Amino acid sequence: MASDGGVSCLRSSEMLNVGIGGMEPPPLDLDEVHVLAVDDSLVDRIVIERLLRITSCKVTAVDSGWRALELLGLDNEKASVELQRLKVDMIITDYCMPGMTGYELLKKIKESSSFRQVPVVIMSSENVLTRIDMCLEEGAEDFLLKPVKLADVKRLRNCLSGDVKLSNGNKRKLPEDSVTVVQASLPPPPPTPQPSLMTLSTDSSDSSPPLSPVEVFSSPLSSLGDDDVLTSSPECSPTPEESPIRRQKMGSPGLDQ
Amino acid sequence: MDTLVAQLQRQFRDYTISLYHQGFLDDQFTELKKLQDECSPDFVAEVVSLFFEDCEKLIGNMARALDQTGNVDFNLVGSSVHQLKGSSSSVGAKRVKGLCITFKECCDSQNFEGCVRCLQQVDIEYKSLKAKLQDLFNLEQQIVQAGGRIPQVDI
Repeated sequence: MASDGGVSCLRSSEMLNVGIGGMEPPPLDLDEVHVLAVDDSLVDRIVIERLLRITSCKVTAVDSGWRALELLGLDNEKASVELQRLKVDMIITDYCMPGMTGYELLKKIKESSSFRQVPVVIMSSENVLTRIDMCLEEGAEDFLLKPVKLADVKRLRNCLSGDVKLSNGNKRKLPEDSVTVVQASLPPPPPTPQPSLMTLSTDSSDSSPPLSPVEVFSSPLSSLGDDDVLTSSPECSPTPEESPIRRQKMGSPGLDQ
Repeated sequence: MDTLVAQLQRQFRDYTISLYHQGFLDDQFTELKKLQDECSPDFVAEVVSLFFEDCEKLIGNMARALDQTGNVDFNLVGSSVHQLKGSSSSVGAKRVKGLCITFKECCDSQNFEGCVRCLQQVDIEYKSLKAKLQDLFNLEQQIVQAGGRIPQVDI
């Protein structure tokens, strides 16, 4: 299937090899973080791509949730077996998109065994608490208010550059020589038994500090109450109290630059 | 005695400040400038150029939708307004964004006259901004051609 002009696919064979099992660790490469950005607006795509590149990320930008799923190999087409799965460290997606909303894309990613560990960040121009809650409950890592600023992306980038999530849910930065040991968001390998890698990819759904509303908003001065929802964005009822609610936010507030 | 470069730089500074003070630009434009460097020296110009193309396309869509006399699809108009609001917000086109907010309200209340008025205003506004930013970029070019550096303007 032909790629469109602006889309660059990283084949999994181009993945960095993580230095597991006593091998010499690869040199620290600031470009190793690969982000898949999804936005139907060309202007926004260009901006988010630049924001990510300037913070040393490799970027693949696509214009729809369907295209994203296709790249991830999560669409239902059997033909995607040919296409090697894209290796991504983070997915950042607009909420309001025609066809498939960012929320629906989030759900599909979280339903997949290959990519559920990948942090998904939602962007939206509307500051709607129910929407934010819904996304976070579905497993979104963070919610950014548009227009996205450099400080927002730097904060996200910091979280991807070597945070280790310890089993008790506390997160701390490891010194750089340990960064090769853990890749928190490596997708699992294709279905042949490979034990070691995945034990390092810690599950982030357990105890995490609850979000305070202030932490969620990156741009506190946006206008409130602008509740227009254009596409069919499903308003889910909140999950019941007893089920684990993933309200994890990437990084600690102190990492703001 | 003022050199040509110094004069141009002062003009550039004054003009930039006036664009912010008159509400044409907001701090998101400043954010875009942060993304420009030696490797991407024309980033801002490229993004705003795409934005103006977007304006033209979306305004065309809105005009066509509003032209369906007696059968106006306000959702369709509203959808284009929403997109325009988004991209104007992303580039710091403050007045355009403000007009989109009003425009959206007219769509939501299916106010045909209001929509037509807003459409005219948005059209005028984006073209006005386009001309002003072109002047600004021209000034930048003149500064560089005269051997100077484009000053950082703190708003």
